[in-house]
Amino acid sequence: MKRPLLFVLVSVVTAAAVACGGSKPAPQTTPTPQPSTNADSAAARARQDSIAAAAADSARRASEDADRVARQRTADSLAALGRATDAVRMELTNMIHFDYDKAALRPGDVTSLDQKIPLLQANTAVTIRIAGHCDERGSDEYNLALGNRRAMAAKQYLTSHGIDAGRITTVSYGKERPIDPGHDEDAWSKNRRDEFEITAGGDVLKQP
Amino acid sequence: MLVGLCVVTRLVAQDTSAIDRGVRIGIMYHPGVRPGLVLLPEPAAASDSFRAIVARDLDYSDRFEIISLPGSDSMVADGPAAAGPHAALATPGLNYPLYQALGADFAIGVSLTGDTVRVTVHDVTAGTIRRVFRTALPPLDSPRFRLVVHRIADDVVAATLGTQGIAATRVLFVMDGKLYQIDADGAGLKELRATPGREILSPAWARDGQHLSYMEFWEGHGQLFIEDQAGRRRAVTDGKTLDFTPAFSPDGRTLAFSRATEEGTDIYTINTVNNCCVQRLTVGRFSDNLSPIYSPDGQRIVFVSSRAGLPQVYVMAADGTDQQLFAPFDYGATGSSNAPDWAPDGQTVAFHRDVAGTLQVFVLDVRSRTVRQLTSLGRNSDPTFAPDSRHLAFVSDRAGYRQLWVIDMETGRIRPILEQSGVRLPAWSPQLPEPAASTP
Repeated sequence: MKRPLLFVLVSVVTAAAVACGGSKPAPQTTPTPQPSTNADSAAARARQDSIAAAAADSARRASEDADRVARQRTADSLAALGRATDAVRMELTNMIHFDYDKAALRPGDVTSLDQKIPLLQANTAVTIRIAGHCDERGSDEYNLALGNRRAMAAKQYLTSHGIDAGRITTVSYGKERPIDPGHDEDAWSKNRRDEFEITAGGDVLKQP
Repeated sequence: MLVGLCVVTRLVAQDTSAIDRGVRIGIMYHPGVRPGLVLLPEPAAASDSFRAIVARDLDYSDRFEIISLPGSDSMVADGPAAAGPHAALATPGLNYPLYQALGADFAIGVSLTGDTVRVTVHDVTAGTIRRVFRTALPPLDSPRFRLVVHRIADDVVAATLGTQGIAATRVLFVMDGKLYQIDADGAGLKELRATPGREILSPAWARDGQHLSYMEFWEGHGQLFIEDQAGRRRAVTDGKTLDFTPAFSPDGRTLAFSRATEEGTDIYTINTVNNCCVQRLTVGRFSDNLSPIYSPDGQRIVFVSSRAGLPQVYVMAADGTDQQLFAPFDYGATGSSNAPDWAPDGQTVAFHRDVAGTLQVFVLDVRSRTVRQLTSLGRNSDPTFAPDSRHLAFVSDRAGYRQLWVIDMETGRIRPILEQSGVRLPAWSPQLPEPAASTP
């Protein structure tokens, strides 16, 4: 969801870097030859003009090269930052799954939650929303309560490991929003899940 | 004058092949208990529309053994073909011995003069006319037409057996997030409400048959509404939390509901007269409490609680005290039990229970606190009682898709009432009041 925002941000920074490139000191250029004594002559003036033009051209090209290098360097570092943000976001929004009719955290999913903890600690501006979901088999209305409890289970785990409860909201979708429309265990197991959504502070994320 | 006649006979043991193979109930009736009924053919087709509805309603009441007259294929046979030999019988001075010989207990004459239906209930055994009543029939295209005709069928049930019929009732349900109603005989499907961007769930009737409640769900929020028969509605809760499963108290002044918060799900009540005074009836902490339904006397509330692990059916006093297990279960063996409904006669609570990963309809006998399984074919869920306390509507995928079905607990007879798929959360109305004639 936040990817387009990040892209805009990168574009703006890159544009700024290009604009700033012009004010950088021009690199060393070929020394301008001394004008000859008979500079009055038109030929000499013409020659001198062409030399000046060549010098200016050379300087411009050098400046452009420098800009390109600077731009590349900025882009590289932004890309690196973007890659970190993407990686952190992916980790933070990694779903966890549940057994049928259960809201207990499974060991593998606890590991996934454990990985989120240092990321939430390193990115203190981040707030998240946990949405609990169920598969289609159970009771329609009980699934609203079960989805709520599944979201609560993840929140309670995170808060019991030091994450401020105020940074996490929970919500239940019951069985109303399956991600896999199938009617077999493969689909059901995917649909019994908690989804994690970054609700604020997720534009730039850093690794711990 | 057009004349039609129904005849009721003594019941002979019904062919049990009509009973769904997936239904595990005993034959609750005995040969001779259920009276038979014959509807005499109608000499003109003009009244077929209402006669057909009355005939089907009487059949769907599951209270009569319907007897076909010799020479007529069914009691709704139309026109001259069936009229000849029987037209004379439909006149006053019915040949009672003939109908008695056919096994009839009751004979119902239905005649139409102008827009007035005249119903004559003959007591064949006694050889007398038991009751005659007249009803003004609205035009065929009137929205009142079907309900008025259904009421004629219910009047016949009342005049013959002294008990309330279920023809003049409707079932609310949800499909694709929209609220629908359908007549109990499966006709008159009508969309009642669709709210863009929101999904309607948990419809419920007030006992007056004039008001209903439901929740609208969006982005994890659930807001409760009360709506009248004219489609006017008002919000009962503000939608900031997830409120669901509204249930009217019998006097209609209180709505019990489930509210899911970060503390879990618990049961609350709200005063619907002033939209105030929210009270919390359960404190779940580490368990959920939901799906409240009042007992018919308003003294108790049946609900679902996960206090023992998986959700099961509990009961409490209407003020939240005296909470106890209602439907027994084997700890560690019995699956989740949900979606209770309390029969209008107070004696039975229906619910669904997870059996080997799929849902089945069960009933709890309130007095003995014993449960029995009603269904076993396919997935069967969300039972809701008819006002006669013996019919249940429920959602079943026995025919491949989730459709609306009705079971008669006395005979085990099962029939679909809506064959469209995607039906959820049915709610059977009480006996509906006479629609105001002034209403367009």
